[in-house]
Amino acid sequence: MRYLTDRKRALGLGAAKSGTEDHWILIVTGVALAGLIPAFVLVFGRTLGGSHEEVVATFSRPFPALVALLTLWVGLYHFRKGAQTAIDDYTRGIRRTILLIAMICVSYTAMAAGLYAVIRIAM
Amino acid sequence: MAEFNRGNRPLSPHLQVYRPQITSVTSILTRVTGNALIVAVILIVWWFLAAAKGPEAFARADWVLTSWFGDLVLTLSLWALWYHTLAGLRHLLWDTGRGLELKTAEALGWAVIGGSAVLTLLTVLVV
Repeated sequence: MRYLTDRKRALGLGAAKSGTEDHWILIVTGVALAGLIPAFVLVFGRTLGGSHEEVVATFSRPFPALVALLTLWVGLYHFRKGAQTAIDDYTRGIRRTILLIAMICVSYTAMAAGLYAVIRIAM
Repeated sequence: MAEFNRGNRPLSPHLQVYRPQITSVTSILTRVTGNALIVAVILIVWWFLAAAKGPEAFARADWVLTSWFGDLVLTLSLWALWYHTLAGLRHLLWDTGRGLELKTAEALGWAVIGGSAVLTLLTVLVV
């Protein structure tokens, strides 16, 4: 016997069966990135073109290191969710599955590599 | 009725049947710029990894990023970044239910195009 009505079971799920979670995450990370991106452009733009010592010195300081960490972290999570909406929209079946797996692996590999590198430099 | 068409629904959107409009073009560009930014991100992550590894690895990565080709990719990506940021802010406004009237939406489209060009020029000149 089902205790929930059909309407109750469907409420808030939408066609994707997982609700509006992806959209919500894109909003949250998008707002965060609206602040992070100008900071990262300034920090990275000023550092690019410098010598190795200058680059290491810059990202050893707390503010540039945190800006770089958060931008790569939040930015690649935003990419992972955003690229999923594009793949969901344009592909079906096995092609969609393969593209999603590849995209998710690339996103988290780039994220891990970026975070590891910035932490290595900062330490 | 939905039972008859399970798994065989049309893909969205059918780009080829619509006349390009400023609202549709700016929307498509949002998606294109967002996805294309992965190229610059991978270059920048490589640059960070090289900097973490040591001076020799850094010299190789830095040479690529500051070469004419690196300059080209990063400058285009800079525009893509500002474009995607402004277009994203536009989406945040739309999510509140504001700015959806056709006139306003079209004006916002031009604002995103113009704003991203200005911000890119400013960044290249100042930073």
